[in-house]
Amino acid sequence: MLNRQGRPTDIGEPTEAIPETFTGNRALIIEEPLIFESGRPEVTGVDLPEAPKVAHRLGALARSAPIGLPGLSEPEAMRHYVRLSQKNFGIDSGMFPLGSCTMKHNPRLGEKMARLAGFADIHPLQPLSTVPGALELMERLAQALLELTGMQAVALTPKAGAHGELCGMMAIKAALEARGEGQRKVVLVPNSAHGTNPATAALLGFQVSPLAARDDGTVDPAEVVDQLTPDVAAIMLTNPNTCGLFERDVVQIAELIHQAGGLVYADGANFNAIVGKVRPGDLGVDAMHINLHKTFSTPHGGGGPGAGPVVLSETLAPFAPVPFLRRDGGRLTLVEHESGEGVSPFGRMSAFHGQMGMFVRALAYILSHGADGLKQASEDAVLSANYIKASLADVMSLPFPDRPAMHEVLFDDSWLEDTGVTTLDIAKVLIDEGFHPMTVYFPLVVHGAMLIEPTESESKASLDLFIATLRDIAMSVRRGDTARFAGAPHFAPRRRLDETRAARTPVLRWTRPVVE
Amino acid sequence: MRYLPLTPEDRAEMMARAGIEGVDELFADVPPGKLLGDLPDLPPAKSEIEVERLMGRLAARNVAAGAVPFFCGAGAYRHHVPASVDHLIQRSEFLTSYTPYQPEIAQGTLHYLFEFQTQVALLTGMEVANASMYDGSTAAAEAVLMAHRITRRRKAVLAGNLHPHYRDTIATLSRMAGDELVVAPPAPSDAERLAALIDDETACVVVQTPDVFGHLHDLHTIAAAAHANGVLVIAVVTEAVSFGLVSPPGAMGADIVVAEGQSLGNGLNFGGPYVGLFATRQKFVRQMPGRLAGETVDADGRRGFVLTLSAREQHIRREKATSNICTNSGLCALAFTIHLTLLGETGLRRLAELNHAGAVELADRLAAIPGVSVLNHTFFNEFTVKLPKPAAGVVEALAARGVLGGVPYSRLDPGHPELADLLIVAATETATAEDRAAFVAALTDLLAGGEGA
Repeated sequence: MLNRQGRPTDIGEPTEAIPETFTGNRALIIEEPLIFESGRPEVTGVDLPEAPKVAHRLGALARSAPIGLPGLSEPEAMRHYVRLSQKNFGIDSGMFPLGSCTMKHNPRLGEKMARLAGFADIHPLQPLSTVPGALELMERLAQALLELTGMQAVALTPKAGAHGELCGMMAIKAALEARGEGQRKVVLVPNSAHGTNPATAALLGFQVSPLAARDDGTVDPAEVVDQLTPDVAAIMLTNPNTCGLFERDVVQIAELIHQAGGLVYADGANFNAIVGKVRPGDLGVDAMHINLHKTFSTPHGGGGPGAGPVVLSETLAPFAPVPFLRRDGGRLTLVEHESGEGVSPFGRMSAFHGQMGMFVRALAYILSHGADGLKQASEDAVLSANYIKASLADVMSLPFPDRPAMHEVLFDDSWLEDTGVTTLDIAKVLIDEGFHPMTVYFPLVVHGAMLIEPTESESKASLDLFIATLRDIAMSVRRGDTARFAGAPHFAPRRRLDETRAARTPVLRWTRPVVE
Repeated sequence: MRYLPLTPEDRAEMMARAGIEGVDELFADVPPGKLLGDLPDLPPAKSEIEVERLMGRLAARNVAAGAVPFFCGAGAYRHHVPASVDHLIQRSEFLTSYTPYQPEIAQGTLHYLFEFQTQVALLTGMEVANASMYDGSTAAAEAVLMAHRITRRRKAVLAGNLHPHYRDTIATLSRMAGDELVVAPPAPSDAERLAALIDDETACVVVQTPDVFGHLHDLHTIAAAAHANGVLVIAVVTEAVSFGLVSPPGAMGADIVVAEGQSLGNGLNFGGPYVGLFATRQKFVRQMPGRLAGETVDADGRRGFVLTLSAREQHIRREKATSNICTNSGLCALAFTIHLTLLGETGLRRLAELNHAGAVELADRLAAIPGVSVLNHTFFNEFTVKLPKPAAGVVEALAARGVLGGVPYSRLDPGHPELADLLIVAATETATAEDRAAFVAALTDLLAGGEGA
């Protein structure tokens, strides 16, 4: 059969094997060399005038040897990076239910606002008199964060969540030292915590004391009491925790810690579940970082940049690092060095004032949602996770079935026992089905964890397709259809990659091949 | 709300499946009395046009660098970024992806990180580089911690000509981590005697080149003195374009090179987000902080890339990790690598030459103003002038005349009143001959007691 253009309309018999192509390319997926293989030092994609000849002032330090950098013309560079981008999965590509990481829609309004010259093209050290709008933007964001958390002060400068943890724990350390209680060295950290929590505490010279969870996945106040020695400096509590559960005894735990002279650090990684619903300041928290990229949806950018402002209680507010905003009789200024007036900043987190570009995006998100939208977003995120939980409870296994999930739902791998299929296989099969996998093997408190966070950005149709896919995968597991799992993913730009080899003989940069 | 796809009907169906009648049943674990009854005290939802109006007003109250003759540097530099860079980093698959934990569907990110690492190693003259850090200052603080791990010594010596905010960032982390610091006094005339501060407790010496005053440093002498005592040399570079024209620290004995990469691909952004570069010797790679992309093969034997050596990292090692860092500055690193790929060796060198030539011309013209002297014998695109009066007031007066004329040293380090007359001036390729002339004219007039002085 031919159509009107004379082209055959029969798609032909399906073939068993995917044929090799001459180029190695597969239609839209095009193999791309490294720039060191395709570029040349004499090629440049930027037109610059010859510099006027001057008597140089480089002393004896003028570079003599070539660097070895390849260049690409603009069309070549466009193609190189567009082709690379096509080998990536983003939240705009499809559902990205990566538990604890909060991959939700990134409004492009934020991108547009962050690129306004009045925000993007201002220098951190130009006179403050020339940047009043920037300071006001920071103040508006700070006020919104304080309103949503019920806290007293905010340190805007930390550059990421882990940097915020460092800031919060430094404030705690400074407050304890100011009280003459620098001998408090123990920090209680639940086993379900992100690895950043113990790493942060250890970096600051604290001794990490792990807290086991009770059977329902939350921290038991009795366990806290058992570990409460006079050496306890703080607890680092993630709430909702990484099992997707609200720490229902958080108020009691905070009281216990405070009575014992310690302070409460909250890991705000999961604050997106409770924005507009619960204020950490009402729960006894002394410091909490807010991942602006998660909660207020600034793009994750393939692994940063994020932003990790830290809200502080009255106890810790005086110790906030420089720079910070201050209003003096109506005039807003940025305090970059001084202390005095009842404040004793513990120091400085980085060279400048924090992630301004992220502040703009986060404030655009907050203003766009408004009080009502922020609350609705939290409720939708939580409802969506519980919808997934209810829809998969009969085919997958829930380690903590009895408590309501918050914004994410945790499954373990007991439903895979004796099937030969692993959590990793499930993740890789989801790739073949066009989903980004859930978070796997975290938290460490359950075996073969699968942590699913749908966020409020998924439509019901999208959630239903995801649920139907996982149910189908579960049927494959039960039928022993192992071909689907062996060697998955089959359809990604790469099959499973040999991570052991990468770690055993690290190749961390390109080097010119030796020509025989 | 335009960002929320669920309809009231959807929500009702979903609640039915979840076996609840109201969504607050899902918040049953919140302690009594702690679930908010009222909405937060924030305005209601705004449309795009309303947000744009509000944000536009705030932005308009700031003086954008591109609107005036502009000469601020001191750790952040205004360069022209090709239009294709910003277009490419806004590709959804780059912008909205995550840390590449699932390498089969993150080859785009991993591939460019591998290229980025190679470019950074080449620029700095080092063997290996990581996938980037938050910024130059935090990279410097991490480098000091790394030197402590390698040498098992707890003292760091910081050059007096290190950017004061870098010094403060390092000092904060070091003090909190229980390490010791020796800080040399600032030497604006470029006469530092760091070797004398080294002893057998010293883990590292931290030097900057070009330093905060703009002087270039030959590191061979300090490196020899350091290495003779088992001390590591950490070199800090805050202006990445200088690598195009200046001998790299790796060729002068540095053991760790950290740099601020903002200059390539990234705007000023009022101080962030930026991108820290971190490079070192192969033998120290397992003590490095941060992410690393490495080459490997897939099940079909094809080349691919993965995050590797994660046994150093917090998500595996927890309290025994080399750092608590769990991200890099991925998208800023992408902007950096695209800009550098567009430049290539030829373009980077030409860009660096343009910067240097403009700065040389400006330095000569400023030095000719009565009462003004240039302190530098060497510099790249930034130098320090001594003024006949405090620089902070001069900069304000210049701003009132529509010129952003550099950074007073006192803004960075108010603890040294004797250095209050020093002004740090940067001239990049974005400052035109007319801009330089306007700056010279304004400063001349102002110091001569002209109107508004």
